[in-house]
Amino acid sequence: MAAPTLKLGSLLMLVLVIDASSAAVTVGVVDVPADAPADPMAALPRLTVRAQRTVIDARAHAELLSTFARESVDEAGATMRDLGAVVAGIGPGPYTGLRVGIVTAAAFADALGIAVYGVCSLDGIGLAARDRPAVLVASDARRKEVYWARYVDGRRDGDPQVHRPADLAALLGAGEVQADAMTGAGARMYADALGLPMLDVDYPGVAALAAAAVPSLVSGAPTEILAPMYLRQPDAEVPSGPAKSTLGL
Amino acid sequence: MTLVLGIETSCDETGVGLVEDGVLLGDALSSSMLEHVRFGGVVPEIAARAHVQAIVPAVHEALAKAGATLADVGAIAVTAGPGLATALHVGVAAAKAYATALSVPLYAVHHLAGHAAADTLVHGPLPAKSVVLIVSGGHTSLLLVGDLVADPIVHLSDTVDDAAGEAFDKVARVLGLPYPGGPAIDAAAASGNASAVAFPRPLTGRNDPPLGFSFSGLKTAVARHVETLARAGAPVPVADIAASFQEAVADTLIRKAIAACRLHEVGTLVIVGGVAANSRVRALAQERCAAGGLELRVPPPRLCTDNGAMIAAIGDLLVRAKAAPATLTVPVRPSVQLRWADLEHPPQEL
Ligand SMILES: Nc1ncnc2c1ncn2[C@@H]1O[C@H](COP(=O)(O)OP(=O)(O)OP(=O)(O)O)[C@@H](O)[C@H]1O
Repeated sequence: MAAPTLKLGSLLMLVLVIDASSAAVTVGVVDVPADAPADPMAALPRLTVRAQRTVIDARAHAELLSTFARESVDEAGATMRDLGAVVAGIGPGPYTGLRVGIVTAAAFADALGIAVYGVCSLDGIGLAARDRPAVLVASDARRKEVYWARYVDGRRDGDPQVHRPADLAALLGAGEVQADAMTGAGARMYADALGLPMLDVDYPGVAALAAAAVPSLVSGAPTEILAPMYLRQPDAEVPSGPAKSTLGL
Repeated sequence: MTLVLGIETSCDETGVGLVEDGVLLGDALSSSMLEHVRFGGVVPEIAARAHVQAIVPAVHEALAKAGATLADVGAIAVTAGPGLATALHVGVAAAKAYATALSVPLYAVHHLAGHAAADTLVHGPLPAKSVVLIVSGGHTSLLLVGDLVADPIVHLSDTVDDAAGEAFDKVARVLGLPYPGGPAIDAAAASGNASAVAFPRPLTGRNDPPLGFSFSGLKTAVARHVETLARAGAPVPVADIAASFQEAVADTLIRKAIAACRLHEVGTLVIVGGVAANSRVRALAQERCAAGGLELRVPPPRLCTDNGAMIAAIGDLLVRAKAAPATLTVPVRPSVQLRWADLEHPPQEL
């Protein structure tokens, strides 16, 4: 099948979207019309996904991302030079995948001389799961924890946090976090503990991630220095000075 | 001619270098070393986080020094192993993205071959055969090297336990000197007496493997010596112990390296890696190579420790040898042995 021909006028911007914050490695090319509203919720229906590659394999990030980007741009019938911006999921996410996604996005944007914008990866789920008023979005943080945020009509309410499922369930039980439903791979993993009705958006989607960045995309905001949301300090112990017994090496 | 951008992130240094036709045009180095000091060693997660923030700025600093832009870059080379997996991933991801976005070939190279290639940036191409002593925080090895990219690299020996740099770092801790220990011991030793304590020369006995290395026993001997002094309430002469320890390491390293040259009838010794920055290692090597009629090549200290220029240097050699580039799916190889400089497409063995 011939690649669809793409007319690049002033009417749209092609955006490369990358998210590797979870077990799903997602890369895609999204059209953002120049007259797209600057509001993510309003913009989402106006975006067109030209190409998307997703694989669910937490160990595959480093190997796949650039290949997926190349393939997505080809499938969109475009060239690298046609890209107008890069959008990256900046987590929260557990470490290596998150970093690989962010560094890939930053290097692509740098090499192409275009802007890169970071968006909360949970927004890529929350924006797509707006068929209930208040939705808890949770991703797998490993170590038996979840990263989560609450979305009200698709808008994130507060900064993402990391908790053990039982502790999050306690917050829900006490009414400190109110939600009618939940979604995300972390929610599915701990569905029993969390106990809310489950929606079916497990991983961030490229259209929703691009929508989360529309305020920057449509205003042509300056490029960003991407700051990964780790939400945890590195594990490291400060050793206790020169050892009492010098043989304790 | 092709301008090669090299990226190194195997440990705590984010290195970027630009090399064309054997000439280093610009480089940049950003280190997270200070963030590791209080932990007494490199914390992989801290190193990896630092690489993420450092890499794009380092690329631009190197380009600015070279008076070049990304549009001038004709190939990308990156350390794909060995090293800390979490740190390697950052550099490899960046390299793949630059190669893809710029539509230029990617080369995935061996970190240690990079150390050896660093010397070519200052002393020109290696001779037909040389012995390379790689001595760093992670490695202590003797290699028999022909053409760095066309021939297989023969491992003559590896340390059976600690690397020499690791011994420097651990002994520094015992002496209450700061991390990293190598430079601290080097400085402390300057005012010490190298024959104050007769520390052992490991694996130099009659029945020991002539090219074998082991530094764990030497490190323990220093620790025991310090402990004996401390138990007796005697002061610890840090400078003398540092100098004596450094002498034992330098003596052992150079003896073995020269033995390797003799054994394999090679006239050139190349010393690379962080410990090649050590003043006593350099001086003793010079002295003994001159006495033995061997050519000695040691790069300047800043090219001895991890850097991006050395990775660009290997990439440049691969480009000029018309090596096949790596695919974009090339994995990181945290514990790969050095057999070929090019990790993904070793040339066919004859
Ligand atoms: N002047 C010196 N004297 C002795 N050792 C030194 C000196 N300068 C640096 N070192 C040692 O060199 C080591 C650092 O070496 P280098 O930067 O080559 O790499 P590495 O990451 O430790 O190991 P590798 O390159 O094998 O992965 C440290 O152990 C440090 O203490």
